Amino acid sequence: MPEKYHIKTQPVPPRRPRIGKHGVVDWREDCARCHNCVKKACVYDRYKQEADYIRNLSDVDALFFECMGCFSCVQDCTKGILCLSINPAYEKLGNNYWKPDIIKTTWLQAETAKIPVSGAGYRGPFSGLGFDSMWTDMSEIVRPTRDGIHGREYISTSVDIGRKPPFLALNGDTAVTKLPPLVSIPMPLIIDLSSPAHTLPRLDAIIEQTAADTGLIAIMDSRYRPADEANLENIAFYLGPDSPPVPKETLRKTRLVEVADSSTVTERIKEIKSIHPEIVVAIRVELTATGIGRAIKLAGLEEVEVVHVVADSKGNELTAQKPRFVKDMIRQIHTALIEKGIRDEITLMAGGGIALPEHVAKAIICGADLVTINLPLLVALERHLCDRCQPGTPCPARLEKIDFKYGVGRMTNLIAAWHDQLIEVMGAMGMREVRRLRGDVGRAMFFENLEEETFGKLFGSRKGGL
Amino acid sequence: MNTLPENTLKTRVPQEEVKRVVKPAPSRYRNEIAKYIVHRSLDCQRCGKCVEVCSHEVHVRKPGFEYFGEPNHHLCIGPACAKNGHYCVTHCPQQALQIRENPMYRALGDFRWPADLILATWKMAETGDLPPEEYDYNYECGNSGGGFDKLRFKFPKQPPVKIDADQIDTSISLNKRNDGRPEVKIDVPWYGGGMSFGSVSNVTQLSKARAAVAWNTFTCTGEGGYMERMRPYDDHMITQVATGLFGVREETIQRVPIVEFKYAQGAKPGLGGHLLGDKNTPAVARMRETVLGISLFSPFPFHSVYSIEDHAKHIDWVKHVNRRALISTKVSTPTDVDMVAVGSYSAGTHIVHIDGGYGGTGAAPDIAKKNIAMPIEYAIGKVHNFLTDEGVRDKVTLIASGGIRSAHDIAKAIALGADGVVIGTAELVALGCVRCSLCASGRGCPRGIATTDPELCGKMDLDWGTQRLVNLYSAWRKTLVGILQRLGLRSVGELRGRTDLLMHLDYTNDVPAKK
Repeated sequence: MPEKYHIKTQPVPPRRPRIGKHGVVDWREDCARCHNCVKKACVYDRYKQEADYIRNLSDVDALFFECMGCFSCVQDCTKGILCLSINPAYEKLGNNYWKPDIIKTTWLQAETAKIPVSGAGYRGPFSGLGFDSMWTDMSEIVRPTRDGIHGREYISTSVDIGRKPPFLALNGDTAVTKLPPLVSIPMPLIIDLSSPAHTLPRLDAIIEQTAADTGLIAIMDSRYRPADEANLENIAFYLGPDSPPVPKETLRKTRLVEVADSSTVTERIKEIKSIHPEIVVAIRVELTATGIGRAIKLAGLEEVEVVHVVADSKGNELTAQKPRFVKDMIRQIHTALIEKGIRDEITLMAGGGIALPEHVAKAIICGADLVTINLPLLVALERHLCDRCQPGTPCPARLEKIDFKYGVGRMTNLIAAWHDQLIEVMGAMGMREVRRLRGDVGRAMFFENLEEETFGKLFGSRKGGL
Repeated sequence: MNTLPENTLKTRVPQEEVKRVVKPAPSRYRNEIAKYIVHRSLDCQRCGKCVEVCSHEVHVRKPGFEYFGEPNHHLCIGPACAKNGHYCVTHCPQQALQIRENPMYRALGDFRWPADLILATWKMAETGDLPPEEYDYNYECGNSGGGFDKLRFKFPKQPPVKIDADQIDTSISLNKRNDGRPEVKIDVPWYGGGMSFGSVSNVTQLSKARAAVAWNTFTCTGEGGYMERMRPYDDHMITQVATGLFGVREETIQRVPIVEFKYAQGAKPGLGGHLLGDKNTPAVARMRETVLGISLFSPFPFHSVYSIEDHAKHIDWVKHVNRRALISTKVSTPTDVDMVAVGSYSAGTHIVHIDGGYGGTGAAPDIAKKNIAMPIEYAIGKVHNFLTDEGVRDKVTLIASGGIRSAHDIAKAIALGADGVVIGTAELVALGCVRCSLCASGRGCPRGIATTDPELCGKMDLDWGTQRLVNLYSAWRKTLVGILQRLGLRSVGELRGRTDLLMHLDYTNDVPAKK
């Protein structure tokens, strides 16, 4: 049995005080000084921790917000002087897509590497936009067409990146077809380029080491040179329109490279292949108004192996007034490639808006072979996504002070937790291989379909459409 | 009972009665969470006008005292009071009073269980009646923006026929197979969901069982074994046979009128059961015959069931072991839940129990709770219609669960096609749950409901817990009867599948009703 993919993790505590959802306000002037003060009875001992914290307080703006929100102290206080409220700092986290609960769960996973588990059922909206408008399916009693039931240890999450021949020509037992190069990674995830707005000291080195520790690949600027040459296997250089070339000997040590889309992209691929024939070349296509059409066209060219489509950080089409969401754009590209009969020949990577582990599974169900992420790894470093990142503006997360070990640990933990959760949803679906999940929309249920089948028949048309 | 086959009920003990009596069961906490708070400024001259005008006893001044006590904030109905002329704020000669929305109110609840629904459920559990209208609680739906929360009944201006409340039948039959097994009828169209000992406390389980006795309905052991203390309530118990088979013995199967096979759970479909190690206390480990302190996972699925034929063998086994038992099959809601339901019927089940994706849990991965399997609102109609098309709808009882929070949800689920529902979270809310989601690990529920920690379990008393649930059931039945009255229906059976009585707020609602 081949060695099981396993990411080594260990807890990496936050550098800054946690920003919890709840805080208790204590109107101390009416306190009766009870012997059995409710603060002593806190199941989580938060009041004592708060007192210890304040005693050692070094940052004046760092308040203690670790209340679990159970209301027990509030409701039992003899004088009723405690009040629980939502922490305003919590509500300020993130934005309309990267909501506070996404930030919070990302921090938790980056700290513990564990799958978030809780009680009391689902608490959120019925459905939502984007990835929240679909549910993954599960395997019930009778499912003869499925893979059958198996332990999680048998679920494979590895994917192959590159061009695959439509068929193999054989001469006896010998393959006549020349097999193009393929890059295998143990999880359908690639670390994407960091936005210039999110640059941090040593960020590239942290990402490099995270990619190496997890066996994944990170797309890096062509100017970057790794501290350890052995890590070149885990780096894919990005060659933008104005990027300086990567030295040939360096390029030959990598497995994947990404080039910006252009009118001369096929020539550029040939040029790279002439230096390193075994390298796989991905083309980065921004999902603007012409992005989908361009991706489909590129996929039809025989020189093209991998198309990497990228939406904005919220998963939206770029520069569009009424943007489409990345999951719908992936479906459109995937379906078009099927119709052209070339889907299995090309690798489709998709990025933008992948904020939670379920988004990985959902993007793959919609037709991507694998996804690319960057922002979740930055959030793992306790980033608030407050959009204050300007030179001279103090960072509330003190990101300029992050240390290498901390950064690698947090990012690795997050990837490990996502991997485990991908296995959870695949296990529920009865899937043995993530490669077989690609484009299998039968493993998902879409809001618009369920609404139409259930309520459309009963109540007519949906106001404003679906 | 004397006519039962010999090999059943060998361990029967005398059954305990619990009276269906509504009695006040106020909150067990000193300070109730209020929607509004009353603030008295230093301008107060202590004239007592506020005490005089307030008809809700918000202002407190004990006889002989000059100063006021802490107001009963939770009794205040807020600015709406201005309409009835009892508004203390306007009557105060010093203008020393202010009424504001309580900031804590925002911190309570979530999309599915907004604060109003929690407070209203508490009020119903306290009084056994509907919350007074003046409190203006919106407890007919949550704030999730879809499913039940967007469905409404199309009530006529006047009921088509006038029916007295006591003429309305809310009972449902659980055995429609006519297979010689007992005709089991419950007085209300709901019963309690499976919550294992381990996930919840002894007191919680017993409170549920006693309320089930009082209302002639059922509650379920969950998969954590059958406590000896449950035996006086055997006639109202469902015992669960789940994949982990924790505490399942032929003896426990023989005790009960209904045995439930749990194939999947709505909150974590396809993932099996999950009890984190912290909650595996000595008592739990003993009951489940496991090692103390380790996390317990029920595998998914039954490794002996890969087809409907295998499922039929399981059912045959239980039917043989307990000749009077009805069989319930609990499944989740995948795409083909309709076919699973028909298959289950053909295997011999009496009750098909579908548990929707937003169902409750003691512990589940967040990714599963949100993303796997469809919400129950979609599944009910799908299964109901398929069973009808297959010509077996009236031979099987369809029970829905997974997000049923109120009597209105129950009525909507029945109108969509279910015979009845299973409830879980609502019972815990009645016992004081604030949905903080902390039941999963550590010492468990800090409110003493979903915990096995001896100290925390002591926070709740059995009589109080029983009464809260008896009261909640009473209020729900009144609500349900009120809905049926307004629709001119004489029984919940008449409501089943009446989608023509529903409308959806997001739709044009212009589809002509089928004749």
